[in-house]
Amino acid sequence: MGMRRRVGGFVLRVNPILCDGFGHCHELAPELVNIDEWGYPIIEVTPTPLADVSILESARYAVRGCPRQALRIERVTEQS
Amino acid sequence: MISSDSLPRLLHGSSGRPLTLAQHEETFAISQRREGTILDHLEASGLTGRGGAAFPTARKVRLIHDQRGHNKFVVVNAMEGEPASHKDRTLLGANPHLVLDGAEYLAAMVGANNIAVAVARDNPIVVNHLERAIHERSRRSLRGPKIELHTPPWRYVAGEESALVNWLDDNQSLPQYRPRRPTILRIGHGPVLVDNAETCANVGLIGRFGAEWWRGLGTRESPGTVLVSITGAVTRPTVLEASLGSSLRSILATGGADPNPQALLMGGYGGAWISGDRLDIAYSNQSLQEIGATVGAGIIIVLPRDGCGLVETQRIAHWMANESARQCGPCAFGLPALAEDLSQLTHNSREPQAVFKRIVERCGVIENRGACRHPDGVIRLIRSALDVFSEDIANHMRGAPCSASRSNAHFATVPALEREEELIWE
Repeated sequence: MGMRRRVGGFVLRVNPILCDGFGHCHELAPELVNIDEWGYPIIEVTPTPLADVSILESARYAVRGCPRQALRIERVTEQS
Repeated sequence: MISSDSLPRLLHGSSGRPLTLAQHEETFAISQRREGTILDHLEASGLTGRGGAAFPTARKVRLIHDQRGHNKFVVVNAMEGEPASHKDRTLLGANPHLVLDGAEYLAAMVGANNIAVAVARDNPIVVNHLERAIHERSRRSLRGPKIELHTPPWRYVAGEESALVNWLDDNQSLPQYRPRRPTILRIGHGPVLVDNAETCANVGLIGRFGAEWWRGLGTRESPGTVLVSITGAVTRPTVLEASLGSSLRSILATGGADPNPQALLMGGYGGAWISGDRLDIAYSNQSLQEIGATVGAGIIIVLPRDGCGLVETQRIAHWMANESARQCGPCAFGLPALAEDLSQLTHNSREPQAVFKRIVERCGVIENRGACRHPDGVIRLIRSALDVFSEDIANHMRGAPCSASRSNAHFATVPALEREEELIWE
């Protein structure tokens, strides 16, 4: 239990059609999400290693905190 | 049989009115049976999609072929959202049965029992041609896949494949979010193969005469022919068929274009400007991508020396911003902002340097953040304009705009802007 190997990385992905620019993701995961001048998220595209637990946790907060449920975490298997 | 290197191939036998089924069978008569399956021939031919993205058709066919489903669809995309493109209507006005042949071959390859032909409803002449062609086929035989004609509204993004499929699936013609590519688009539960009308016509030729014959024109890397719509500074706007890899200069000369243009817009309104002294380049994706352009949907807009590239870009950008589906924030807000910046740059603004910097910045911000490629296309257009017309832009920024920017002569066809609430999506 709790022994999932933290290999590889993850990226946060937004569905731009659902997104209405509430900006909660920027509040919850400032490490990964920037806001453009119209209030829509600019998300870090280079994968973050899964071992980076604090960032992963804030990414999870962002996913759960999105009022439009437009965010999801996507695992990237090949390390780039 | 048409010889494998004679040039009007897709438009063969066109005489101003579409060939009837009997005439078509006669013109494109098969003299010998080809060996091997059609899919083998399609793979050997190396045909790439002619709608703009140049995706290998055989790969797409295989992908849909491998899908499960009893109710597969083949969609012939003749929406022709680009205002400067006339190739699909020309093709359907000349050889509609060749396109339908191709669609039937494709349906046989993927195992589809429905063919949907999509033509914009603003194009009643082509709708008539197709209705007649489909009727002729149904009178001859009722076997084979069912062919239906559909007429979505004409919008720039309505021809985007996910928007088109979404419309055919009884929704609005809005692009869909596809996080993973390639994505299988579906109508109901049935997987859908979407191909441009010109691609279908090429499949029709490959199915009839085989890959060997089809590769008789074009280069090794980019075989076949392409329909080129030339507008702008030409004696009259034309659609001509050219083999891929022939020089740009010869294509322009055949099209009756200005022999010494300032610049060319290649590919369409989401395409790229190239400088007018690059005319000796070969017209194929391989050579054009070195200078940042593509064949795209086969559109060339010729800008003469006495035109203003900045004004043209700004007009196109304004229209493209208005044609956004307004689903994604970066596109809905970003493109109008960019278009506004461009008009400030064209007509003396207070701080031109700041405006220029803002355009470059906003291009970087908006890129790759839409559900479809609409914003990316506009950004490609604007970036190439900043590059190709850099001297002219410097003059505009000094407060000495070119005389052309004040005249009313424009070269890129841009439809009238519609008010946002009047845009029809269903």
